[in-house]
Formats: sequence, structure tokens, C-alpha cells
Amino acid sequence: MPEALLKIVIENSDEISRNWLDQVSERRGNGYTANISEELFQSTNREFVNVIFSSINRHGSTEELETFSERLINLGWPLSYLTDGLQTFRRVTIDFILNQSDQVDTEQFSKILTVVDNWVEPIIKELVNEYSGSWEHIVSLQRVALQELSAPLIPVMDNITIMPLIGTIDTERAKLIMENLLDGVIKHNAEVVLIDITGVPVVDTMVAHHIIQAAEAVRLIGSTCILVGIRPEIAQTIVNLGIDLSKFPTKSSLRKGFNKALALTNRDVVNLNQDANPDLEKLLDSLK
Amino acid sequence: MNFQSGVHIKKEWDIVGARQLGRNRAKELGFGTVDQARIATAISELARNIYLYAGTGRVSFEIVEDINKKGLKIVAADEGPGILDISQVMEDGFSTSGGLGAGLPGVKRLMDDFDIDSVQGEGTVITTIKWVR
Ligand SMILES: Nc1ncnc2c1ncn2[C@@H]1O[C@H](COP(=O)(O)OP(=O)(O)OP(=O)(O)O)[C@@H](O)[C@H]1O
Ligand SMILES: [Mg+2]
Repeated sequence: MPEALLKIVIENSDEISRNWLDQVSERRGNGYTANISEELFQSTNREFVNVIFSSINRHGSTEELETFSERLINLGWPLSYLTDGLQTFRRVTIDFILNQSDQVDTEQFSKILTVVDNWVEPIIKELVNEYSGSWEHIVSLQRVALQELSAPLIPVMDNITIMPLIGTIDTERAKLIMENLLDGVIKHNAEVVLIDITGVPVVDTMVAHHIIQAAEAVRLIGSTCILVGIRPEIAQTIVNLGIDLSKFPTKSSLRKGFNKALALTNRDVVNLNQDANPDLEKLLDSLK
Repeated sequence: MNFQSGVHIKKEWDIVGARQLGRNRAKELGFGTVDQARIATAISELARNIYLYAGTGRVSFEIVEDINKKGLKIVAADEGPGILDISQVMEDGFSTSGGLGAGLPGVKRLMDDFDIDSVQGEGTVITTIKWVR
């Protein structure tokens, strides 16, 4: 039976394709392909139905299917275009087979359903796998990117390094901050490191505790940590929490912290020319 | 107006969710930036304590009205181990986890009204209110 059905379907692939294309075009406009040009939509549909036929003909996945799905993933077509398309194909094909036969008893009917399902399901499975594989890949890339961004170190000058922190700090990130800070201080031979918390939305006891520990660790390897970018409301909550930050220098702005760092490394900003703007002054302004 | 809303605390990032919901409620009620920061920090402390010591629990918010004032009530409830000696955990610096021990006494100072109800082996409910000035 499967072979006989396959023969019918392959021999009539033109008509089945036409029916399928009609249905898919008709059901368009349900949102997800709305901003794709009619031309591209139709040519993709034609390609899609050819890929389906060649997969069925060769009993399973083909290279064509893989290339096709890869391209749609890259173009950002939704998975639902493919799964909806395959469900439509299933319906169209079953209708076609039933119309070909004069009478169908329930046993034959259920056999036909099984055969067609066995064609369509492996294709759906493969496409879902391709899509979820690509999503997992993207998520893992983004995790790495986020980790790289989560505790960056900028060596602005000899012996002075800045760590700007932006966003929420959870325990995992707090550990990363500590590690990067110590690695960076040693690698850049920093005498002073400025931790800028302007972009941290909430400084609770956990965050404060980790910052205190990081500053203490930096002190133990012979450098100084300056906490900068303490917004007025954060200063108030820190005082309310009763957290003692007096063990290391703190400054409200990065600019003030940077001046303090220059002083600690026995340097000063000198204006060489009243009219011209020395580079260092520009640098300081850009840090404001 | 007396709607309630809340966040289940199950994983660390739920603390951030609770904080954001609470901060939005505070903003709607007309709290200034400093009080918003105080409220967000208090929620962070209570939610983290649930996450650390009870494992799971819930932080809920309620808008409360008195004769001539309005406020935000935060209820942090869990069915964890409970607190044996309440006066001890309210001391600055007391911690069983190597923390700063500033969380609970800090919340009391950040907020206006503060109450702990805890039964050993049954759980802890902490209720705290900040009034709009
Ligand atoms: N929901 C809770 N259930 C059981 N025990 C709790 C709960 N909340 C707090 N505790 C106990 O009270 C102690 C003090 O809590 P508190 O938040 O003040 O400090 P901490 O969490 O130890 O440190 P941190 O300064 O980081 O908050 C905790 O160490 C813990 O033993
Ligand atoms: Mg705590």
C-alpha cells in the first residue's frame, strides 16, 4: 500500500502542488509572512513544495531539506511557516488520495492516514530540530557575549584601570566581577582600579558585600580600589542599610574618582596652554 | 482600591522580578526616586532571604490607605525553617550565612512600619509598609 500511494502522489505531484500552493496563498496574511514580498513568498512556496516531494520520494531527510531550512532560518522565517505548510500538505495529499479512490472503507482510510503521516512527520521533526538547534546556538553565543560584557576592564592609563558595571548584579556576576578585577589588576599592573556603579540599579547587601570583598582583595594584592558613580539615592539606601564603606575611597562621579586616582599615582592634570584643550582634559571631560 | 499582586520566589532572578514589580507599584503611587530605591532595596533583601533561607516563597504588594495617607505594603511569606530568635536577627551584623547581616535591620530602617511573624518549622511572614510623604 505505501508504495502504491507513493506512486499516485508522485505521479500527480503537479496537481497536489497546485492545490497546496492555492491553500497556502489563501491562508497567508495571518501575520507572520505579511512583510515578505509576494514574489519571494511564491518562489519560496514553490521551492518548499519541491523539497517536500523530494524528501518523500527519497524516504526521509535530504540535503535539499537541510539547505532549505538553513536558509529560511537565516532569513528569519518563522518555524510556523514550515509546520503550517506541512500540515496543509498533509491535508491536501489526503484529500487528493481520497478523491482518487471510489470507495474507501475505514480500514483503508486509517491506512492512508498512517502512510501520509509517516511521510510528513519525519520532515516536521527534522525542521523542528534544525530550528531549535539554531536557537540554542544563539542563546549560548549570547550568554558568552553577556559574560564578556558583564565585568569589563578598561586600562585607561598606566596603572589606572576602570571597571564600569551596568545592569543587575546576581551572585554569578558578582563572582565574575571579583575574578576579572583581580586578573585585570595583575595583568595591567594597575595601582588604582575604579569600580563605576552608575549603571547598577539596586545596591543591596549582597552587592555591597561583594564589592567590599573585591576591594579588600584588591588591597591585599597591593592596589587601591575606588568606588565611583554612587548616585544620591543609592548613597541613601547604603546608609539606611548601615553598610560601612569607609575602608576604601568612594566618590560620587567617575571624574572625581579619576582625579583621586591621579593623585594616588603621583600625577596631576596640567593645562599646557590656556586656549588649547590638552588631551588629558578632553579625556577627563569625556569621563564626566 | 485594594488590589494585590505578587511574585513567586523560586530562583535567583525572581528577586529581580519582585523588585521591578514593586518599583513600578511605588512609581504609580507617587514615591520619589529615593523612596523608590529604598523600596526596591527592601524587596531585594526580603526576596533574597526567602531564596537563601526558605528556598521558595512569595513577595506580594498591596496598596494601603489610611485616613490621610497612602502607602505600599510588602508581604514576604515563606514556609521555610522560621526564625528562632527575632531580636537576634534584628541586630546589625548577625548572619548565619556569612553575609553582612544588614538585611533585616536595614529593611526596618528603609521602610516605615515593620513586623516579623515567624514560627519555627512553619515559616516566616514579614510585613512592611512605606507611606507616601
Ligand atoms: N525568611 C527567613 N527564614 C529563615 N531565616 C531567615 C529568614 N530571613 C532571615 N533569616 C535569618 O536571619 C539572619 C539575618 O538576616 P539578614 O537578612 O539580616 O542578614 P543576612 O541575610 O545573613 O545577610 P545580608 O546582610 O546579606 O542580608 C539570616 O542570616 C538568617 O539566619
Ligand atoms: Mg539577608
